[in-house]
Amino acid sequence: MSSTTNTTTVGTIGAPSRRNTELAMLVFAVLIPVFAYINVGLAKDHSVPAGVLGYALGLGLLAGVAHLVVRKWAPYADPLMLPIATLLNGMGLVFIWRLDQEPSLGSAMAPNQLMWSTFGVALFLAILIFLKDHRVLQRYTYISMVVALVLLIAPVFFPGVNGAKIWITIPGLGSLQPGEFAKIIIAVFFAGYLMVKRDALALASRRFMGLYLPRGRDLGPILVIWALSLMILVFETDLGTSLLFFGLFVVMLYVATERTSWIVFGLLLSAGGAVAVGTFESHVQTRVHNWLNPLELQGGGVTETAQAMYSFGSGGIFGSGLGQGYSRLILGIAPKSDYILATVGEEIGLAGLMGILLLYGLLIERGIRTALAARDPFGKLLAVGLSGAFALQVFVVAGGVTGLIPLTGMTMPFLAQGGSSVIANWALVGILLRISDTARRPAPAPAPSTDAEMTQVVRP
Amino acid sequence: MSELTLTVMRLGFLAVLWLFVIVAVQVIRSDLFGTRVTQRGAARRGGQEPRAQRQAAPPPQQQRRQDSGRGGNRQRRGAPTKLVVSEGTLTGTTVALQGQTISLGRAHDSTIVLDDDYASSRHARIYPDRDGQWIVEDLGSTNGTYLDRTRLTTPTPIPLGAPIRIGKTVIELRK
Repeated sequence: MSSTTNTTTVGTIGAPSRRNTELAMLVFAVLIPVFAYINVGLAKDHSVPAGVLGYALGLGLLAGVAHLVVRKWAPYADPLMLPIATLLNGMGLVFIWRLDQEPSLGSAMAPNQLMWSTFGVALFLAILIFLKDHRVLQRYTYISMVVALVLLIAPVFFPGVNGAKIWITIPGLGSLQPGEFAKIIIAVFFAGYLMVKRDALALASRRFMGLYLPRGRDLGPILVIWALSLMILVFETDLGTSLLFFGLFVVMLYVATERTSWIVFGLLLSAGGAVAVGTFESHVQTRVHNWLNPLELQGGGVTETAQAMYSFGSGGIFGSGLGQGYSRLILGIAPKSDYILATVGEEIGLAGLMGILLLYGLLIERGIRTALAARDPFGKLLAVGLSGAFALQVFVVAGGVTGLIPLTGMTMPFLAQGGSSVIANWALVGILLRISDTARRPAPAPAPSTDAEMTQVVRP
Repeated sequence: MSELTLTVMRLGFLAVLWLFVIVAVQVIRSDLFGTRVTQRGAARRGGQEPRAQRQAAPPPQQQRRQDSGRGGNRQRRGAPTKLVVSEGTLTGTTVALQGQTISLGRAHDSTIVLDDDYASSRHARIYPDRDGQWIVEDLGSTNGTYLDRTRLTTPTPIPLGAPIRIGKTVIELRK
């Protein structure tokens, strides 16, 4: 460490816990939705809405309790995930409340959503408190496979909503979207499975035209998952869950084996499967048709895709302002859940929508960063899997609403109305925070080695 | 509510949203924990030198040499002024030679900490003798220190540019 020139030194420093940074960001993340809430009230009724104090206190209380629990039980966790999740959830509540102001869009959903958010944060806290070490999940590799399959298959036996069978209806309690929870559980299974099998999948292969071709028997798992996701597509007619399920497996397979060939295989298989199913499944055909011909008149109006595009166009770059858009004209299905991005895009414009998407990007980045920093292979794969599932979901929804890919029935994490979605995504962030706490915790001081003493120079 | 207020709030909301994004990115930037990269420059020289001497514990005669004026031996024609790592994980690292002993090894208090499976924790040291000639001495390492191709058994003067090989690391003295 002597004086030197022309170079840099790399040394380790103790990782700070950064809880105070998190607190500052959380305050920020609570104030922005409150500001938005007041803004909506001023625009709609020319007065500050009456519920603003309750809303601010509620969101602030949730964030505050979450922060205290993180400070106590996960002191080295990532400082950004909680604030970003809080901000997205808070903005989602504001947008749902704003859409509640339009009588044409159905009954009020915001109070329910606030309740579901509270349950979500409660589950998040329970995970942080009771899941001391994420490696515990590794023991349940095959149990989680079974649970995930049951959750994925269960909706087949319940009536479909809007053409997609993704719901379990419990009489008296409401309905549940099991796919949202299945994505977390299936990530646990994939992480545990690939951790054990990745050497066989990565090394036993032949090189052909620059690609590593896996052996036939190693293709087994990917073919099974592919067949399963196709069956979801056929029987539940839900393109989103199918894409999420298969995409997650390909992403984790790629991360575990570092073989580009898996991506190539995955893309070929999913493209082939989608085309094959699209030729005989009418629901999928309708979606693809609407995607290719958005401006076609159907039943006296344009398609939902076109309505969303009109919203974006009406918003322009800086938006119409919160509460000043024409979301009441969106008369398709689910303006508060699947299509909430259309309102976001109209009222805060391209600039705001890009900001929201960047927040999703930052959350995913923190997840991938956690995977990089994690010291155990299971934690690495699980963090990649969870952030990958989150990223795929954001892509599928945002891509569907903006017309990039055919629309599928999925919810924008945290932003959209939907109890299962918000609870499952808080749980997902909870597990990621647990992994990042383990990853960023300073390593224990190494035990003094007796061998090192032997080789020391004895000075006179 | 006037149109102006609403316009200000609309743009204000976008501003705070983006401010949040920018602050979050700043947090990420300052959060690259684990390693700290410091530009070694003239400004840091003063602060680091006492530490180097403390840890290296130079031989007594060299201490005297330093006390009597370190400039003397460095001004000799053909004397090396810096030590350069030319192979191994630390390739490109240079250490200025200013009369201090340079210790090499895997031990954390070495002047050059070698990250090399073939290096001992205290592997070798390089120091100037009374005449300012730089000497390399193997400190009883397991796998040996090589000057060119020969394994060192005694403290040996280092010719300018001769490779000193420790495991996968090669260092040499340059002007």
